Amino acid sequence: MNTLGTNVIAANGSHSDSAQQVIHFQQVNKWFGQFQALKNINLSITAGERLVVCGPSGSGKSTLIRCINGLESYDSGTLQLFQSTDIHTGTRYGKVGMVFQHFNLFPHMTVLENLTLAPCKTLKLPKHEANARAMAMLQRVQIAEQADKFPNQLSGGQQQRVAIARSLCMQPEILLFDEPTSALDPEMISEVLDVMSDLASEGMTMVCVTHEMGFAKKVADRVVFMDEGEIIEIASPEVFFAHPQHPRSKQFLQQILSY
Amino acid sequence: MTTAPAARRIIQPVLSALVQIALLIAVLGYVLDSGAQLINYQWQWHRVTDYIAYYEDGQWWPAELLQGLGVTLQITAISLVFTLIIGMSTALLRRSDSWLGRAMASLYIEVIRNTPLLVQIYLLYFVFGPVIGLDRFSTAVLALALFQGAYTAEILRAGFTTIAPGQLEACRTLGLSYIDSYKSVIIPQVIQRTLPALTNEVVSLVKNSSIVSVMAIFDLTTEGRNIIADTAMPFEIWFTIAALYLSLTLSLSLFSALLERKLGAHWR
Repeated sequence: MNTLGTNVIAANGSHSDSAQQVIHFQQVNKWFGQFQALKNINLSITAGERLVVCGPSGSGKSTLIRCINGLESYDSGTLQLFQSTDIHTGTRYGKVGMVFQHFNLFPHMTVLENLTLAPCKTLKLPKHEANARAMAMLQRVQIAEQADKFPNQLSGGQQQRVAIARSLCMQPEILLFDEPTSALDPEMISEVLDVMSDLASEGMTMVCVTHEMGFAKKVADRVVFMDEGEIIEIASPEVFFAHPQHPRSKQFLQQILSY
Repeated sequence: MTTAPAARRIIQPVLSALVQIALLIAVLGYVLDSGAQLINYQWQWHRVTDYIAYYEDGQWWPAELLQGLGVTLQITAISLVFTLIIGMSTALLRRSDSWLGRAMASLYIEVIRNTPLLVQIYLLYFVFGPVIGLDRFSTAVLALALFQGAYTAEILRAGFTTIAPGQLEACRTLGLSYIDSYKSVIIPQVIQRTLPALTNEVVSLVKNSSIVSVMAIFDLTTEGRNIIADTAMPFEIWFTIAALYLSLTLSLSLFSALLERKLGAHWR
């Protein structure tokens, strides 16, 4: 199985100069005790690319992207971020933003304070500059009128847009999305996906773990399908959704698209 | 749906509460007074005010009881600062990556929680205090802060576990340092959530401060004992002292309730 996975990557994973590579997995393995969460991951992501990672639950999708910003460590192989293996340096100044399933906003701060905290503390921006940047980002996710509210006064969709704006305030070069719409009521999913589509069209490098196949078709450059810790298939969305190569991809697509 | 008239909604419950309290006081007073008569106790409530404050040279001066209350407040306030420092440091140590740090914090908590405060005070007063050259007041503060710090550490540690791991992950992803993350994000939430339990600790601290009277510190309890030795009116003085402690702790509880509402009014 590994050889097949590696071959598919060789065909699809190295389609650009290494100079543009911002994320590069090479033979990465990770174990949680006896359980192998990532198996021989090889994957290169170039600047400006939009990648959607999908697969059944427990397949290692979240672990994969959490390795990119150092929230998880890996046990063997190499992972390069901006051509460096020092993940900590790469993520230190919020250059790799992340949007979480459960938003993880700071509940005791207003929306504006949520957005200005890191720019003030980490980038040492003066207060007025951080405020101006925060308001611009809130405008971008169309929620500027909520700046003085607390997170729990907002709907789930609004909270997730605030979380996206909070990441943007650090002016990240890469944005990671870990199932950003999975905790939302159905009617709020599209407002978050709209914001993500806008970001994609502005050239942000994005790695999205999501089950939103419509979003993947519309936005993704490549779709990565994972199962049991392995990358099974990497393909353009046109190919992946119309002609999935691997039996497990076919099975997965049948399951999620049957209703 | 119509609301009940104000008379029935507000006045009636208040009146019935007042009647009940009055009855309770009357019964207690009767029992106490008849008991005192049995042992021929002479009530001298009029003399008590002299020990609270007296009037001289055109102004009021605090007498022994108020001076004692002042010392109690002073000890409590200084101990509280150190209690919070010790409690927070211990709670953070117990969460740290350092094996030694966790072990030391656990050892401290277990030793303090499983020995009586009075024994700790004697140990500090007669053994460690003289060895490291501490005066009586500092020894008292140290003893109280060490004792209360252990309980406070456990409360704060419990508070830390209620904060979702996602909060720290968000901090890390935003590039916040550990210190900034804890200072701005984690600790404010922990304080807000543990405030009722922390209030209990402050109240305990006020009450436990009476135990330092065993090392000849002139706090409220010591002053009371001295007055009783002079005047032989234990009933009046002990009741007054209890009332003074009660007014102190009740106002603390009230303050804490207000603070809790203020801290959490917007976001909880």
